Amino acid sequence: MNELSPIQVEEVVRTPRPSQRMWRRLKRDKVSLGAMVVLGLIVFMAMFAPWIAPDPYTGSALARLKPIGTPDHWLGTDEIGRDMWARLAHGARLSLISGTLPVAVALLIGGGLGVLAGYRGGLVNTLIMRTMDVFYAFPAVLLAIAVCAVIGTGITSTLIALTIVFIPSLVRVTETVTTRVRNMDYIEAARASGVSDFEIIIHQVLPNIVGTVLVYAAGLASLSIILAAGLSFLGLGMPPPNAEWGQMLNSLRQSIYIQPWLAALPGLMIFITSVCFNLISDGLRSAIDVKDNG
Amino acid sequence: MLQFVFRRITQVIPILLGVTLVTFALVQIMPGSIADMLVPPSAPQSLKDEINRIYGLDRSLFEQYFLWLGQLLTGNLGVSLVSSRPVAGELFAAMLNTLQITLISAVIGFGLGILFGAISALNAGKWPDRLFTFVSIAGVSVPHYWLAILMVTIFSVQFNLLPAQGMGPAGFPTTWEQWRPMIMPIFTLSLIPMGVVGRLVRASVLEVLSQEFVQALGAKGLRDRQVRMHVAKNAAPAVLAVMGLQFGYLLGGSILVETVFNWPGTGKLLNQAIFTNDMPIIQATVLVLSIMFVLVNLAVDVAQAAIDPRMRR
Repeated sequence: MNELSPIQVEEVVRTPRPSQRMWRRLKRDKVSLGAMVVLGLIVFMAMFAPWIAPDPYTGSALARLKPIGTPDHWLGTDEIGRDMWARLAHGARLSLISGTLPVAVALLIGGGLGVLAGYRGGLVNTLIMRTMDVFYAFPAVLLAIAVCAVIGTGITSTLIALTIVFIPSLVRVTETVTTRVRNMDYIEAARASGVSDFEIIIHQVLPNIVGTVLVYAAGLASLSIILAAGLSFLGLGMPPPNAEWGQMLNSLRQSIYIQPWLAALPGLMIFITSVCFNLISDGLRSAIDVKDNG
Repeated sequence: MLQFVFRRITQVIPILLGVTLVTFALVQIMPGSIADMLVPPSAPQSLKDEINRIYGLDRSLFEQYFLWLGQLLTGNLGVSLVSSRPVAGELFAAMLNTLQITLISAVIGFGLGILFGAISALNAGKWPDRLFTFVSIAGVSVPHYWLAILMVTIFSVQFNLLPAQGMGPAGFPTTWEQWRPMIMPIFTLSLIPMGVVGRLVRASVLEVLSQEFVQALGAKGLRDRQVRMHVAKNAAPAVLAVMGLQFGYLLGGSILVETVFNWPGTGKLLNQAIFTNDMPIIQATVLVLSIMFVLVNLAVDVAQAAIDPRMRR
């Protein structure tokens, strides 16, 4: 074996960590950066809604269904005279929560099960994966609706239903990448040197699978926003008078013959948020892809 | 090949059993009993007991499940609590209406997705690729129920060109009167599979193109068209798998779109059943749609194996 000269050692040490390289590439990707800025604005709007927008619950019967651009109500008013901007801004809170929380919880549960199944293999793997196959056999929207129908309406059931829907696919993705990593030589080496399974998982497996799983989860967040609003749209999510984009879409739908474009607003917000998550997911994917250099 | 098909079928049976178990469990979790649905709370307990006996609810869950499963195998899906008609009949009629729009949407969505995805990959980085990337991102991110409402706003409210809701005369769609109400639901539903399939076709074609054997084919003297055939054959299995999944999402997604367009399919049936607590209908709809989903994916597996012998393992 050749001895390393000091200069070569220097080069080896300077190799950036995968996460740093990913972040550097992501910063250069204008589209993902733009998506992150827009998403940031929506999160800002959600967090500071009570300070930047009027009260979303009080409306005046005299100011019902005002068009977009009305003085005092720049985005118009809804069917009972409540300010649309206030409802959209406050609605972002529930919509963002129902878009991200189920994915986060499913990521913990599904990711955990996936790592377990992939790392252990054998009977544990068979048991977990075959159970997931059963849940995977239900079309996502259908399963979410069925669970909501069974456990009742409301934000909690929406969150539970979506979490149940996302777990099987996250288990599958995590299991696939974990199995691939598990058979790598460096895991074998770590095991041979007497490192415990837990430490191997934390230090060797997780850093190598987290990118792929996150890309997938960001894509799921986009789906989650759409599904959560969809459940509310069907009347299975947030009950009125709460502000939530899907539920606003549902109630404004009745008024499209009077104010056609008002109903477009909450849907537009769902659309924009969902596009952002998808673009970020795409950006992450090409940022962790080792094949293209940069 | 036959051996592979047989093995896949034996693998699908436990999944189907699992699906029946989950659907059965769903109804058990549901609050409220059938007796509460059918008679007022003040009704005498003897009447409630009688109802429970008729529906077999006095038996153990174990017995109930196998009785229900036995009924399923004979095609008996129970009786609707609201209309008192057999669920199988109502579900079958609704299913035909749903398939009418989902099948056409699938064909259009998959066809356009493959076309645009391939054009995109062959012109990677040029304007058709950029345009399609933009359209497909929008296609996979759009809440289709919102798109449905937008279409109603534009084509029904503003321009009064197409009916906002409902379905034309029943029967196999041959006349304009039957097609007219289908245009908007089909457009709405086909956009998502187009986006998803298109993105995947683009990625898989690029992946295959980057492999060395493609250059070898060209070097061997094959014409462009022949090379493309090879590329298509290599990209097909992954695309087929996603098509199977997308068809399932169409079946599920049509629930929301059907609600907007008031289309008398499974989505509307399910939606109504949820709000009237019609458990047999909910149970049967979820079950039948999921079984269809499983069978479609089985067909996809077989098709994949037919194209790519490596998958027969």
